Amino acid sequence: MNLYEMSAAMLARKLRNKECSSQEITQSVLGRIQAVEGQVGAYITLTPEQALETAKQVDKRLAAGEKLAPLAGIPIGIKDNICTKDVVTTCASKMLHNFVPPYSAYVVRQVERAGMPILGKLNMDEFAMGSSCENSHYKKTKNPRDLTRVPGGSSGGSAAAVTAGEAILALGSDTGGSIRQPAAYCGTVGLKPTYGSVSRYGLVAFASSLDQIGPLGRTVEDVAMLYSLISGYDPKDATSVNRTYTDFVAGLNDFQVNGLKIGIPKEYFGDGVDQEIKEKVLAAIKLLEKNGAEVKEISLPSTDYALSAYYIIACAEASSNLARFDGVKYGYRSGKGEGLTEMYEYTRREGFGDEVKRRIMLGTFVLSSGYIDAYYKKAKATQAIIADEFRAAFEQVDLIMTPTAPDTAFRIGERSADPLKMYLSDICTVTVNIAGLPALSVPCGEIGRGLPVGLQMIAPHFGEDLLFKAAHYYEKISGLRLADVAAL
Amino acid sequence: MEYEMIVGLEVHAELSTHSKIYCGCKNAFGGEVNSQCCEICTGLPGTLPSLNEKVVEYAIKMGHALGCTINPVTKQDRKNYFYPDLPKAYQISQYDLPLCEQGHLDVLVEDEVKRIGITRIHIEEDAGKLLHDESFSGSLVDFNRCGVPLIEIVSEPDFRSSKEAKAYLEALKQILIYLDISDGKMQEGSIRCDVNVSVREKGSDIFGTRVEMKNVNTFSGAVRAIEYEAARQIEVLESGGTISQETRRWDDSKGVNVLLRSKEDAMDYRYFPEPDLGAIVVSEALIRQMKDALPELPNKKTMRYMREFELPSFDAGLLVENRDKARFFEACTAIGGCSPKNIANWILGDITRILRENKQELPESCITPEKLVDMVARIEKGEISNAAGKTIVEVLLAEDKDVAQIVEEKGLGQISDSSALEDLAREVLAANEKAVEQYRGGKTNVLGFLVGQCMKASKGKGNPALLREIMLKLIEE
Repeated sequence: MNLYEMSAAMLARKLRNKECSSQEITQSVLGRIQAVEGQVGAYITLTPEQALETAKQVDKRLAAGEKLAPLAGIPIGIKDNICTKDVVTTCASKMLHNFVPPYSAYVVRQVERAGMPILGKLNMDEFAMGSSCENSHYKKTKNPRDLTRVPGGSSGGSAAAVTAGEAILALGSDTGGSIRQPAAYCGTVGLKPTYGSVSRYGLVAFASSLDQIGPLGRTVEDVAMLYSLISGYDPKDATSVNRTYTDFVAGLNDFQVNGLKIGIPKEYFGDGVDQEIKEKVLAAIKLLEKNGAEVKEISLPSTDYALSAYYIIACAEASSNLARFDGVKYGYRSGKGEGLTEMYEYTRREGFGDEVKRRIMLGTFVLSSGYIDAYYKKAKATQAIIADEFRAAFEQVDLIMTPTAPDTAFRIGERSADPLKMYLSDICTVTVNIAGLPALSVPCGEIGRGLPVGLQMIAPHFGEDLLFKAAHYYEKISGLRLADVAAL
Repeated sequence: MEYEMIVGLEVHAELSTHSKIYCGCKNAFGGEVNSQCCEICTGLPGTLPSLNEKVVEYAIKMGHALGCTINPVTKQDRKNYFYPDLPKAYQISQYDLPLCEQGHLDVLVEDEVKRIGITRIHIEEDAGKLLHDESFSGSLVDFNRCGVPLIEIVSEPDFRSSKEAKAYLEALKQILIYLDISDGKMQEGSIRCDVNVSVREKGSDIFGTRVEMKNVNTFSGAVRAIEYEAARQIEVLESGGTISQETRRWDDSKGVNVLLRSKEDAMDYRYFPEPDLGAIVVSEALIRQMKDALPELPNKKTMRYMREFELPSFDAGLLVENRDKARFFEACTAIGGCSPKNIANWILGDITRILRENKQELPESCITPEKLVDMVARIEKGEISNAAGKTIVEVLLAEDKDVAQIVEEKGLGQISDSSALEDLAREVLAANEKAVEQYRGGKTNVLGFLVGQCMKASKGKGNPALLREIMLKLIEE
């Protein structure tokens, strides 16, 4: 088995036992990138020298007997909307083609402090707007399980890199499903953490009240390790929650499924969801039930309104968040036009892709005078109702389980012409962001010719611990070889 | 037809907190271009604001000073518009839930008290500054001012003259300084205002169409801008036109305003709650505590000085205008033993003049309230002359000496010995026979001249009142 195929937990043990060095691990992953990146296209920017330098430092410190963080020496890829000091951060947009941040995001500093070699910046849908990674200005990332298909999005580069062995771990961001849906499409594990548990400082904002940075990895344990590193209170993010964040790895194996109450919301198993996916997900839940869990059908009646409310709130915030990209201070500036207003117009016309422009216009409309009450304020009211329904549901059950996505990875180009159909990919995931809840996608089998299906587990606020335990337990009993790197 | 003007003011005051409103950058005027800014106040992608709690505290102080209701739970909102000096393309402000609401300010206008309603006070961030210069083409942006904390104080349309507006602005400025929440320096842009003007037929109770004027940056400019705009509107109405709701830009150097945008082009700021910041929650206890800690405010103080010490409004205003002088004056009156009016005269007269000449502030000088009271009391008792007082004050400001010591050293004790003064008076009379003739011929005002000659002969030490008495007695003889 190659080093790049191993889980972070395994590699961390090997490092401590001096069975290999961080430089060897990093070289192995860089070699894999060299071999398959041409086919997968997961990265926008690669930083191999920087990664090897970090690995070298870690090896030195380990040799000196220093006690390092659990993930020290394990290479990671970072989604390209997370700021990295001195390394270009494009958000997969032409608009930021030359933007080199003078500071690093909170999570990047955590990763650096832990001694994780950073391999590079991962492809995504432009400004995290999309469900297929096709909205990148730079390249289309392919699904490593089937190169004719999309890896999902917007964190498609993150999911693809982890799946292809081009990174051991990756950071993504999730505004409406952008970690979980690509994790499901690629057959890997992804967590959208509780809103406020991971600092957003340094994440280029799409929709501030919904965005959350989260980990992707090939096993639940790996994801729990990375979450333990990046979660925590950050006074630089006013929405960061000041509480005690524990280590989420230690108790993973102690979990007993007996008595675990699982809720199945019927609204997530409706007509919009592929029949085979429903069967796979229900089979996974059945397996948990057989092992001692209690399963209960529940109802989240306002789910039908979630997608509309989500797109209104997300676009409203995006229209404001993306207004700063105007050609004045950094990034792309058009040479066309005369005077300030035309400079703005041409810069934004040429610098943004179609999907981004569509959402800015939508957002501008729903906030404009005369329409804000009918759209934005209604959507905020809907948000409150949806959050309440979850709260009520969690009085009856410990976890809610649903499909992560209504379908499996679709073919590249298949939905590009139909934005509404593309928006439907988020139907099972957006409610979690609207309610600020944590949710994890774990593979629960394949359909057709090896297309992965994701099982979404949703917990109450700050219920990550239970998510990891239940998902880790499921991983063990499912007998699926989940941590496999895609064969390419 | 007779018209009256209806004016409302929106005053922006920069707060003098140590750091900016949403980041740790220094809040200071006059730094080198783009030297006081960071990734947060320049709105770089990915950065987030975190509220400086001092800003909330300062705004609440002002709210209490203006008798406002303080809202314990408020929020911040984004005001969206494009401009190169606004790096995020939105300003974080407060829209429908301001920190302070419904207050008032009593101002003195020609010795009459006028009550001005305060609609609201909210907190917000300042924008940067555009730089234009012949040494470069185009415009450059200085971000130092980005994120400087502001409060916006919105008045009711309660002003009926530019004088009232000016008195209000001056009173606001003094309060800001008294509360130590703003330096109040107009020339550095610490206080700026937008002016809303409409006119209507006198006696009518219907408001006319309102015109907003921006870029009013001095108090005298506010007076001129209001007068100009009211006159412009009256002229339009008189010639049969109508006023349209619009925003105009005041050009202080030319003394005119020009159309900035009409109602049709009104900006849609698309306000919505700032998702990067949580609610601002202030405990009732803190709100009360801050109210109790409020100092006596300058407008109240002026009125008290007039009432309690019988000072004219002008003198009271001058004393209150400078916190050091007011404090010094009150310390003197607390000691007592002489007339507050005389104390005020010395502070506002010679002391102010000498300090100004020496470019010194009162606390930097050597004089103490005890010493000034000692000196004034001696003058009142006739122990020293007023002229001697001028010499003494000079020394008191410069050196740490007692009044008695100075009188002794400089020989300034006043001659109140009537036999000595009588000798002196006789000599003066003998030397000025012509004047004596004139007096006896009915020109009684030469008496002043004769007394003056006596003072001169006594080298200023003669008691002038006593001299006058003696001189009169001798001439009558």
